[in-house]
Amino acid sequence: MRYSAFKIFREGLTGNKGWTPAWRDPEPKPEYDIVIIGGGGHGLATAYYLAKEFGLRNVAVLEKGWIGSGNVGRNTTIIRSNYLLPGNEPFYEMSLKLWEGLEQDFNYNAMVSQRSILNLIHSDAQRDAFVRRANAMFLAGADAELADADQLRAELPFLDFDNARFPIKGGLFQRRGGTVRHDAVAWGYARGADARGVDIIQNCEVTGFDIENGKCRGVETTRGAIRARKVAVCVAGSSGRVMALAGMRLPIESHVLQAFVTEGLKPVLPGVITFGAGHFYVSQSDKGGLVFGGDIDGYNSYAQRGNLPVVEDVAEGGMAIMPMIGRARLLRNWGGIMDMSMDGSPFIDRTHIDGLYFNGGWCYGGFKATPASGMCYAHLLARDAPHPVATEMRLDRFARGHLIDEKGMGNQPNLH
Amino acid sequence: MIIHHPLLGPRDAAEFVYLGDAALIDRPDWQAENAAEAFHAYGYLRDNPAGVHQELWYHEQGDRSWLVVTRNTVNHEISRVELARDVARARGRGR
Repeated sequence: MRYSAFKIFREGLTGNKGWTPAWRDPEPKPEYDIVIIGGGGHGLATAYYLAKEFGLRNVAVLEKGWIGSGNVGRNTTIIRSNYLLPGNEPFYEMSLKLWEGLEQDFNYNAMVSQRSILNLIHSDAQRDAFVRRANAMFLAGADAELADADQLRAELPFLDFDNARFPIKGGLFQRRGGTVRHDAVAWGYARGADARGVDIIQNCEVTGFDIENGKCRGVETTRGAIRARKVAVCVAGSSGRVMALAGMRLPIESHVLQAFVTEGLKPVLPGVITFGAGHFYVSQSDKGGLVFGGDIDGYNSYAQRGNLPVVEDVAEGGMAIMPMIGRARLLRNWGGIMDMSMDGSPFIDRTHIDGLYFNGGWCYGGFKATPASGMCYAHLLARDAPHPVATEMRLDRFARGHLIDEKGMGNQPNLH
Repeated sequence: MIIHHPLLGPRDAAEFVYLGDAALIDRPDWQAENAAEAFHAYGYLRDNPAGVHQELWYHEQGDRSWLVVTRNTVNHEISRVELARDVARARGRGR
C-alpha cells in the first residue's frame, strides 16, 4: 500500500478501516541467500538496499526482540556529516544525502528535519580546528558555515556567552544537519524491505553459527536452524556477544550512553547545539521536549541504564551553557549500549570466516549513519567488494596501522 | 556504583578512572616470535563479555592505587575488589 495525503484523506472519511499492517510476520524459511542478524536501523536498511539497489530479495532479517527495540529507538535522533578524516567524511556525507531523499525513496514520513547543527567554539585554537574541519567537509561535498559570536548572539540569545570557563567565541554550523523521527526510520525501512520480499522475523534470537571448514553455512536460532549463503551480523551493542558465538574477539567494548528528555515546552531551540567542551548537546523534539545527553558512563556495560555521576555531569554541562534549561523538568532518562571501537570509527567488512560479514563499532554515532551503513553493507554483501566510501572501515586496520581516530585518543574506547 | 577499596573502604566510583579489561595486566613478551600478533591482540582485541568482567580501575582522586574490580556488566554488581599489585604478584610478577 502506497501512503499519500490523498490516502489519509480517504481513510479519514471511511473510518480508517482500510489500513493494513506495514510488514508481514512470516515464518522463517529453511534457507535464504542472505541472513541479516539484527533488526535495528542498520540491519533493516541493509535489507532494504539489498532488495532495492541490488535486486537480492531472498533475504531474512532476524531480530531477537521486536524491530527497532534497540538503539534505533533509544538514540537522540541527530543527523550530520561534520567529520574530519577522509576515511569517515565521504561516508557520512553520503549518509546525509541519503537522509535528504529518504522519505520520498521509501514512501514513509520519517520527519527528516534539517534544522541545523552547531558546534560551539570557545578559544582561538578550537576555531582553528573547526576551520580545518569545515575545509575537510567542503572537500567531501558537505556544507559548513563558520559563525562569530555576534551572529550567535542574534540567533541564540539564551546561551551563556560570557561563561567564565568557556566563553562562546563562535561556532561551526552545518545547516543541512538536523533531526529525524528515529522509530519511523526502522519502520520505513522495514516496510520497504518487506514490500520487496524480505522476510522480517521477530522474536528470533541467534544462538550459534553453523561454521564448517572456515565457511559459514547458516545460523542456529531459537526458531530453528536457518541456512544461508551469506550471514551478515549487524547487532551494534551486542557485537561482542554475537561474534563470540563465531569464536571471534573484536576491537570493541560495549559501553552505556545515557540520554535525557524534559517535559514538552514551546519552541525554544531552533536546531541542535553541541557544547563539546562541556560534554553536552541538546535539541528540541517536535513534541516539545528538550532531548539532550553527554558522555558515555565510561565502563563496560550491557545494562541499558547508567549511573548518577554522568547524570550530574550532563546537567552541569547544560546549566553552564544554557542556564534556562534549569527551569525545565526532566521527564525521562535512559541508557543504550554502544559498540565502542578502539579508534572511535566503525567496521563494515568481511571476517576471516568465509560467508560471515560484520557491521559494527558505531560508538554513539550509529543513527546518523543508518542509510549509508545499509547501502555500504548491502554493496559489500552483494558484490563482495567494499563501497567506495567505506574502503577504510576494515577489521584489520589496527594490525595494519591504518586507524581512523577522529579524536586522536588511541586505543581507549571510553575516551572516543 | 560503590567500589569497596581494600584499603580505604567504600568509595564512589566517580573517584576512579576506568581503564578496561584486567587482562591488560598480562603484557605480552616483546621478544617472543609472535610478538606483533600478541601485541595487536593485547592492544586492540577484547573479550567484552555480558556478565562477570574483571577490570582495572585507578583511584585517581584517592590513594592512586590500581584495583582489579570484578563486576557484572549486565547489572553493575561488584562482587570482588583487589589491589592490582596483589593480583599481578599472585600471577608471578615481580611488581
